[in-house]
Amino acid sequence: MADRAPPDAPRIRAAGLTAFYGAFAAVKDVTLGFGANQIHALIGPSGCGKSTFLRTMNRMHEVVGGHVTGQVLLGNEDIYAPGVSRTRLRRRVGMVFQKPTPFPTMSIYQNVAAGLKVGARLPKARVDEIVERALQQAALWNEVKDRLHTSAVALSGGQQQRLCIARTVAPEPEVVLLDEPTASLDPQGTQRIEELLFTLKAAFTIIIVTHNMQQAARVSDTTSFFYLGSLIETGPTKQIFTAPAVEQTEAYITGRFG
Amino acid sequence: MPGEVPLRGRNLGDLAFKTLLTIAAIAIPALLAFLVWELYLGSKLAIERYGLGFISGTNWDPVAEEFGALPLIFGTLTSAAIALVIAVPLSLGVAIYLTEFAPKWIRQPIAFVIELLAAIPSVVYGLWGIFVLIPLLRTAVFPFLRDTLGFLPLFQGPIYGNSMLAAGIILAIMVMPYIMSVSREVLLAVPTSQREAALGLGATRWEAAWTAVVPYARSGILGAIILGLGRALGETMAVTMLIGNRHEIAASLFAPGYTMAAVIANEFTEAATDIHFSALTYVAFTLFFVTVLVNAAARLLIWRVSRGRPSGGQGV
Repeated sequence: MADRAPPDAPRIRAAGLTAFYGAFAAVKDVTLGFGANQIHALIGPSGCGKSTFLRTMNRMHEVVGGHVTGQVLLGNEDIYAPGVSRTRLRRRVGMVFQKPTPFPTMSIYQNVAAGLKVGARLPKARVDEIVERALQQAALWNEVKDRLHTSAVALSGGQQQRLCIARTVAPEPEVVLLDEPTASLDPQGTQRIEELLFTLKAAFTIIIVTHNMQQAARVSDTTSFFYLGSLIETGPTKQIFTAPAVEQTEAYITGRFG
Repeated sequence: MPGEVPLRGRNLGDLAFKTLLTIAAIAIPALLAFLVWELYLGSKLAIERYGLGFISGTNWDPVAEEFGALPLIFGTLTSAAIALVIAVPLSLGVAIYLTEFAPKWIRQPIAFVIELLAAIPSVVYGLWGIFVLIPLLRTAVFPFLRDTLGFLPLFQGPIYGNSMLAAGIILAIMVMPYIMSVSREVLLAVPTSQREAALGLGATRWEAAWTAVVPYARSGILGAIILGLGRALGETMAVTMLIGNRHEIAASLFAPGYTMAAVIANEFTEAATDIHFSALTYVAFTLFFVTVLVNAAARLLIWRVSRGRPSGGQGV
């Protein structure tokens, strides 16, 4: 996709963003940009607002009744501007959740194609192509190519999560949000997903929320530390983990709290 | 030695409790078997005289001692089918609206009011049917149907008011609260993650409901429909007040009919001869088997739909 912004400009960016549940501000005045084709990790203790922040990036925050002030810019467009369609937005900013959520009544093939069905109808051959490409991207193709039309819930937890990643990347979003995608997986499944993220970043801008600091250190290019709803520090991952500028960040990553 | 517990010994409380529960568990199938046996004994006279011809016979004349139950079986199945055709989309629509779309504050009150419909005695439905529903159907709804859909045999012929369709409509109203409230429970049990997964893919709320939520809950919803079907097959009072009580198989839904339950309620007190009494018991016996068959078929359907897949029921 052609991008008129200069290469260093962030693909998606929050500007003075505050996210509320009712009167409670779960995210406070955060300004933070995410460069294209990189993996960005959001870390912090439970309840620090990192998941809420992630969910404001494709307006899933509003599904649970929250609202925001400030802006989130996708390219140069404010996604909270009046007239913006949430369904169109979510096709450009996809999301993978903590627990694998395959649709249990659908086959593997139907699951991957689920995001394509909403919206324009495509010819069968085109859908076949996209399903194969998405499953390849999610490193699942070789394991399921012979049973595409069997139930998706017969897959292991790790496979289900990769299926969900395939489903998310099938409509070719620009940004992929992952909310603790490995929290419910075993170490092997976790490793597969981490490897997968490296290949995915060639095509997408990836933002991942994680509780696991080793994971953030292993996979991400930049890391942002949240605490009590505020962005405390952000920077290249190496710098955050070796020479954090803020005392609180250091305390968290060395395990003194959180 | 202090606190030493002997290893040998029995726990009497456990034994008593287990015995009690076993008796309770056996009592229900035993009761059923006893019921079937009694129905058989009561209808033995009619079974010996008419055999299976009773089920295919269409004549019902107590004076001539001719009894055929086909119009009754037809009436029971048709009125229940009409009820489901009307009640299923309506109750499912309400259940989906209440779980997926309605503003939060309105959900509980509406569900409560609909469930309240289930508490109204069926004779009250019957009276309401006679004084409100029938006049409305006769003067407005039926003529309209005849004018617009009159090319179908279903909507032809004279309009009396009391009819198969009137009975089907009252049954629909009566089974709706059951189907609605069970479907609603099942839809509520669908994990939020399923909705969010669909919404996160760019689905509208409508698409999320249809592609993620309803399919996830489908075997539970089928269960709700079967519950409604069971009610519709056995309902007696309101039906007998509205259906017209005529032993006849008519193509038109405007024509009167009869059901198995209704004929038993109407004629039982007036049965003067042994054979009449026995024929009515035979009708009850038949009703029992029709109900069992329909339920078995419905369960088979659920089983085939939900095989190897999680159901809403398991999610509860």
